[in-house]
Amino acid sequence: MTSAGSGLTLLQTCALSLLVFTGASQFALVGALAAGGSPFTAAAGAFFLGVRNAFYGLRLSQLLALPRAVRPLAAQWVIDETTAVALAQPTRRSVRIGFTVTGLTLYVLWNLTTLLGAVGARAIGDTGAWGLDAAGPAVFLALLAPMLKTTTERAVAGAAVVLGLGLLPVLPAGVPVLVAALAAPAVLWAEGRRRGAGPVALAADDVPYEQGEDR
Amino acid sequence: MNVWIAIGVTAVGCYVVKLTGLLVPAGFLEKPLVRRLAALLPVALLAALTAQQTFADGRSPVLDARAAGLAAAAVALLLRAPFLLVVAAAVVVTAGVRAMAG
Repeated sequence: MTSAGSGLTLLQTCALSLLVFTGASQFALVGALAAGGSPFTAAAGAFFLGVRNAFYGLRLSQLLALPRAVRPLAAQWVIDETTAVALAQPTRRSVRIGFTVTGLTLYVLWNLTTLLGAVGARAIGDTGAWGLDAAGPAVFLALLAPMLKTTTERAVAGAAVVLGLGLLPVLPAGVPVLVAALAAPAVLWAEGRRRGAGPVALAADDVPYEQGEDR
Repeated sequence: MNVWIAIGVTAVGCYVVKLTGLLVPAGFLEKPLVRRLAALLPVALLAALTAQQTFADGRSPVLDARAAGLAAAAVALLLRAPFLLVVAAAVVVTAGVRAMAG
């Protein structure tokens, strides 16, 4: 929808959705191109927004325990939503099912709606007027809420919000989110110091999957 | 043509990043500190993204109808509403506040 409004052709809009398949990066790329940015600056911003998927992959690979040959195929579906669904599952079997079903469903729906959106963009007009721009953050909040189990997670979330918003006006697009990710090691470090036992000692109490095997 | 270059570079970059995370050796992930960190990073990223998409317009901070929408979503979450209802609450309240504000 957004891309059709900023001078991309129908084919370009759909290719972007099929190949990149990371919503935030797609919007960033389109936004930067629409604002007259060079293709490389635009791509750099989109790339930075996509870097967080590497962290998701880090977490997912231990939960999914995929054979090496399957990983390049699964990689395209490593995004916010599939990670959140997979992390919420109790067993390895349901993690795999959750990841696959979410990945497939989102991939099909996302690309279908991109096509429909690109075709019908002018018919709908300003998406903001419908309040649809609030759907994105609401989805993220719904994904985040179940993760905020202990004070540690809440401290990380709070620090990340402050960093992510505070740095927005001073750093290039996509970079503040990455800096906000530093809230995680920072809080771990601070906590380790307070307990006087180094951060490693924390790991035992509340890491899900400590046993790691199918249950 | 420029647009295609941008799409190509972004597609390759984003894919490589996704794959990298999955290919990191399992032994590295067995370390408790790495596990702990990998569990906390999505928390930080999601929190920052939520805040940015609610309280910012491009690169400048703003407070608009989206804040009311997010508050509605938060209330829905506290009431343990299903996922779609949470998102619907945010959309409806945002649209409503916007309509009232003119």
